[in-house]
Amino acid sequence: MDKKSNAAQQQNQSLRFDVKKIRNDFPILHQIINGKPLVYLDNAATSQKPKNVLDAIEKYYREYNSNIHRGVHTLSENATEAYELARLKIKNFINARSNKEVIFVRGATEAINLVAQSFGRNSLNENDEIIITELEHHANIVPWQLLSEQTGATLKFIPINDNGELIIEEYEKLLSKNTKIVAVGHISNALGTINPIKTIIDMAHEYGAKVLIDGAQATSHTSVDVQKLDCDFYAFSGHKVFAPTGVGVLYGKEALLEEMPPYQGGGDMIKMVTMMKTQYNDLPYKFEAGTPNISGTIGLGAAIDYVNEIGLENISQYENELLSYANQLASEITGLKFIGTAKQKTSILSFTLKGIHPHDIGTILNNEGIAIRTGHHCAMPVMERFKIPATSRASFAFYNTHEEIDVLIKAIDKCKKVFN
Amino acid sequence: MFDIKDLYQEVIVDHNRSPRNFRVITDADKTMEGFNPLCGDKLKLYIKIDGQNISDIAFDGTGCAISVASASLMTDAMKGKSIDEAETLFNNFHSLITTENEIDSDHLGKLAVLAGVKGFPARVKCASLCWHTLRSALIDDDKPVTTE
Repeated sequence: MDKKSNAAQQQNQSLRFDVKKIRNDFPILHQIINGKPLVYLDNAATSQKPKNVLDAIEKYYREYNSNIHRGVHTLSENATEAYELARLKIKNFINARSNKEVIFVRGATEAINLVAQSFGRNSLNENDEIIITELEHHANIVPWQLLSEQTGATLKFIPINDNGELIIEEYEKLLSKNTKIVAVGHISNALGTINPIKTIIDMAHEYGAKVLIDGAQATSHTSVDVQKLDCDFYAFSGHKVFAPTGVGVLYGKEALLEEMPPYQGGGDMIKMVTMMKTQYNDLPYKFEAGTPNISGTIGLGAAIDYVNEIGLENISQYENELLSYANQLASEITGLKFIGTAKQKTSILSFTLKGIHPHDIGTILNNEGIAIRTGHHCAMPVMERFKIPATSRASFAFYNTHEEIDVLIKAIDKCKKVFN
Repeated sequence: MFDIKDLYQEVIVDHNRSPRNFRVITDADKTMEGFNPLCGDKLKLYIKIDGQNISDIAFDGTGCAISVASASLMTDAMKGKSIDEAETLFNNFHSLITTENEIDSDHLGKLAVLAGVKGFPARVKCASLCWHTLRSALIDDDKPVTTE
């Protein structure tokens, strides 16, 4: 097959999606790595940042850097306004009922720990059960293991099939009146599987369990409507959705958040402090102790603007085209095995190559200017399930091109040549 | 910019494809595990010691080409060496893969092919995992080795 003309043909189909124009919004993409143009295919680890995000951060530091929620001076008022505007943008982005349900945290990891410690530790005992899945990132495993050690609650997990899909019949068997928390990733970071979270949430609610969705991999690919989903908690990280690192969001239903004690103590989360007692602040501030990542949060607001402008539907449609193009070319490589072949998946190509360790693939690809992730992807149980130590993972974003996939496929061929 | 062939030299590719001393010594005097949590490389060393000499040494486990080839070459080089000689070799090898300056690598024999990792800093730990594991085994440190 003539790969070049195939790429050109595919490109024609995506004309409505002007990827060249989009790439101009991302300054980092235009550089030479090891003598070759950068091909950034590690988007599931972290995404790149568009100019409007970089500009928003710089503008904050150049023009109104100031602490929020306390000063009466103009800079502080401007900073507070921008920070709270970001909260409003996120409320709309995930369709929360109110701003009170949007808590700013460091990232999805902190959001999950917050729920485990503030909600879980105060409501679970040794008769209770927590259900997670075999697909989870360590961030959605370890906090629950800690909680299980602290409370005596039992931790159970939903297994996956050979395609990397959750086995819902097994989930049904695990559910009981003892189930108190179900914590599931929206999309698997290692395999790209999109989990049927609406079904999972509804089934848990039948038993009165609360559900946390780890959306770290989801918000950059698919729209999220927390009211429609009816999840109790939804966690995501800014840096996976084109915003800076160090800021993330915990959505929680207001009634639950009201009942939960603070996760950390400090400034900003109080109404009044005497030496004997503290009266906690209202939501969402009760959970936001200390000076937050103000510039990062403003950057997150700008990132949401950017995503809204392109449109998540256009993004996911284009990324699906990229994935099927990559799948088609990769399936012609002898010795290449796909890891994660779910029917519903995002633009993640996780694979092994016969006789070549993923780490060596990563180095050879890097020498060709290509950034991919190799290793266990912080999902060691998934690797164990497939009886492999690691995979190579190329993860595509809407600023990637069909030509970049051609470069990837050629480099995978080169790996085979080096080892033959 | 480095040529990928500087790293994956023929000797390395060969030792990865058919690693030497890749077996279990059931009556080993010392065994030690090494683990790189970053990439999941795992190896176990088996050592027979006769007086002050390494009379036999073998390894098993999983890892990338660099870590497997390094363990294969190291075990080949260590057979019959005294514990003091092993320590000297450790230090020389460590300089080979970490120091900027060209060093005299004649006495390192085949091990010199691993000098290429210098150009690939992310891979230095792959080459050194088995060496740290060996050192830990010989100085009787009971803790399994991790590169982190």
